[in-house]
Amino acid sequence: MADIRNNFVGIKSPNPFWLASAPPTDKAYNVERAFRAGWGGVVWKTLGEEGPPVVNVNGPRYGAIWGADRRLLGFNNIELITDRDLQKNLQEIKQVKKNWPDRAVVVSIMVPCEEDAWKAILPLVEETEADGIELNFGCPHGMSERGMGAAVGQVPEYVEMVVRWCKQYSRMPVITKLTPNVTDVRRPARAAKNGGTDAVSLINTINSITGVDLDNFAPMPTIDGKGTHGGYCGPAAKPIALHMVAEIARDSETYGLPISGIGGITTWRDAAEFMALGAGNVQVCTAAMVYGFKIVEEMISGLSNWMDEKGHRTLDDITGRAVRNVTDWQYLNLKYLTKARIDQEKCSSCGRCHIACEDTSHQAIMKEKDGKRHFEVMDDECVGCNLCVNVCPVEDCITMIALEPGMLDERTRKVVGPTYANWTTHPNNPMRKSVEPAE
Amino acid sequence: MSGGMLKQGIAPGRLDAGQYARNFSDLHPALDKHEAHVEADRCYFCFDAPCMNACPTSIDIPMFIREISTDNPLGAAETIFEQNILGGMCARVCPTEQLCEDACVRMEAEGKPVKIGLLQRYATDIAMAEDAQFFTRAPETGKTVAVVGAGPAGLAAAHRLAMHGHSVVVYDARPKAGGLNEYGIASYKTPNGFAQAEVDYITSIGGIEIILGQELGRDLTLDRLVETHDAVFLGVGLGGVNALRAEGEDDGADGLHDAVDFIAELRQSTDLSGLPVGRRVVVIGGGMTAIDAAVQSKLLGAEDVTICYRRGQEHMNASSFEQDLAASKGVSIRHWLQPKRVLSVNGKVAGIELEYTELRDGRLVGMGHLLTLPADQVFKAIGQTLEDETAAGLTLSGGRIETDAEGRTSRAGVWAGGDCVAAGDDLTVTAVAQGRDAAESINRYLSGN
Repeated sequence: MADIRNNFVGIKSPNPFWLASAPPTDKAYNVERAFRAGWGGVVWKTLGEEGPPVVNVNGPRYGAIWGADRRLLGFNNIELITDRDLQKNLQEIKQVKKNWPDRAVVVSIMVPCEEDAWKAILPLVEETEADGIELNFGCPHGMSERGMGAAVGQVPEYVEMVVRWCKQYSRMPVITKLTPNVTDVRRPARAAKNGGTDAVSLINTINSITGVDLDNFAPMPTIDGKGTHGGYCGPAAKPIALHMVAEIARDSETYGLPISGIGGITTWRDAAEFMALGAGNVQVCTAAMVYGFKIVEEMISGLSNWMDEKGHRTLDDITGRAVRNVTDWQYLNLKYLTKARIDQEKCSSCGRCHIACEDTSHQAIMKEKDGKRHFEVMDDECVGCNLCVNVCPVEDCITMIALEPGMLDERTRKVVGPTYANWTTHPNNPMRKSVEPAE
Repeated sequence: MSGGMLKQGIAPGRLDAGQYARNFSDLHPALDKHEAHVEADRCYFCFDAPCMNACPTSIDIPMFIREISTDNPLGAAETIFEQNILGGMCARVCPTEQLCEDACVRMEAEGKPVKIGLLQRYATDIAMAEDAQFFTRAPETGKTVAVVGAGPAGLAAAHRLAMHGHSVVVYDARPKAGGLNEYGIASYKTPNGFAQAEVDYITSIGGIEIILGQELGRDLTLDRLVETHDAVFLGVGLGGVNALRAEGEDDGADGLHDAVDFIAELRQSTDLSGLPVGRRVVVIGGGMTAIDAAVQSKLLGAEDVTICYRRGQEHMNASSFEQDLAASKGVSIRHWLQPKRVLSVNGKVAGIELEYTELRDGRLVGMGHLLTLPADQVFKAIGQTLEDETAAGLTLSGGRIETDAEGRTSRAGVWAGGDCVAAGDDLTVTAVAQGRDAAESINRYLSGN
């Protein structure tokens, strides 16, 4: 039986599934329910400084996009940090941690980018005996207009400065939550590391408009005829998050820095993928908001069963295992050749592979044979692009088959060699490192 | 159970009032918007889609389904009506399980095709409810075309001819237009006056005059029509009914009926409780008409309804869906039985004597063994024939009017389509395709191309 206990920068939890700082973790009621459902930890919804409570809009806070049967694919929100009283939150955090000593309780914080503000709130949080803090440098809407959230996360110097204050004025582990609304996520990550952060968590939500109401020409979600950008998340954001996690995991300056993975995690498989790309644990929000807390049962069971099946004993056995396989385009093996193969038994003859290839790619899939409807790859045209695999509605019907050394590539009429060669040495590359004999 | 069920012989009022309404309500309830969108999402938008090729009217099915999925039902309706102006009725009566849905790749892959018929109904219902019109008439050409028969073939031809700017006069023998859509299809397939609403929708393009109560051979002659119009289209259907060729058939016993007359009477009835039906009913035949008559007998409160067909299940013209429907309503279907003698007592049908049959060297022969089924009412549903006078002077083939690929008959200036032509297959959708294509041929002829 796989051991899925998690130790993230010294914060222990029975499993690696935490709820991200968001509406599901806004108060004791929800968090207690989450712990009863089996969640390993929570990052309490972001606390602001003492004073008049934060004000939210009273119109729609959320927007979404959907796939077939209204399956939610992407989600966005314009909700701000907690609008509850600071003291009330602190009392509840303390009580919840006392009730659930084996679960991780991390507190998200966002206060103005001033040393005194941070200095003031850190002891209050520390007093709750929470396990750590997460710095909200990601929230892209509302608070960023006031110089907080993403407005900090987008300036590496500010990130480093605030992290430094937090490490200086608190003994708690510091997790720095990064915004994806930057051109290169490695810069704020490096800054956080330089400031002394214990970990980074990413991604926060992406600047977005989910749609436009075409009846009144207003962006959605629409508040009294107007809209503003919100933070985008959910399954559709996952590929963007995976990339950013991987970039930090493989960066020479941040290599080894613990990462809490966030972004569209909906199933155990998503979680395993984040962990394979370097995340020590994961945080979930949208999936819980769509399906409720019960989904964690599937995540726990799925992750354990997969680990058992593959012989992985602990989370350390999987964390970061895919990082070394993330590389730059220039290092990809240009001598690796694949051809699409259509399993005629599985083919339902919808013809989507044909029309996709015919209209938009390489005209490599025939539509008939011996006068009959028939879809088959023509190896002399196939460049192995994978488009047909992606558009085929039948799973495993079209697969990419690698050509073995010694086999003939019908397209180039060349025999596949056993060698590895990438762009850095390719004769067409004016910047090539050394000249290889022409192919 | 209603006490009316126990009335002996042929009697009305077998059911409670509410039961009639329930029995004859819509067979397939329409999809609501969400259901339609979920179903539309199942369509793969196939290349050179097999469903489209299986449709006699070649509706661009993947396109109209995509239009539904993008919340563009009027666009979907236009895509349908461009090919088939009777797309609303076809959505209700087409044997989709033998046509588009049988060809759907999801049928092959998982046995669950996209519900194309119901999606087509979703789009066409919306367009017709809004009276959205997609076609306008070309400038008047000054040519007039006579269309005989206001059924699916005639209406499709009339609409297309009107679109091209010709003036169309449609003649029909019955008191209402619509042909079999109005008189010949089971009531629960097209309730709420849909057939008439469709006639109104089609003719609202303008340029179509319908003259009712005019029967070819009685009130009209083909010669006269040819003289007074620039072209003639015959969509007269099949007016005759095949004989049982059973002893006692011509004795005039009360209770022996043509199934088509029963169906027509039921369709025109405004009070189903006043429509008499036997306690024990036998239907002779194996096609859609036999099923429609049997199921409706059952729904009217007949206690015991049996379809007898002289060949095996695999030879029945009725689709497997229709056969299952009949079975689910409590109709028993018996095979390998041919009628020998209609039994009567005191001038009333008392039963039918049947002979078991078998195939011997590919020929159907009686086996000599007999079976008697008691019955108060026997319906003949063994196929319709062309009435001789309607096709006077035209070359026939297999008892129906011979036409070429464009619907031209042996007589210059006369086209034909629908059930009355040899190329027909007794489907509404085929009749529509033939009417439409004949109209295009007529248009080419009239404009000298």
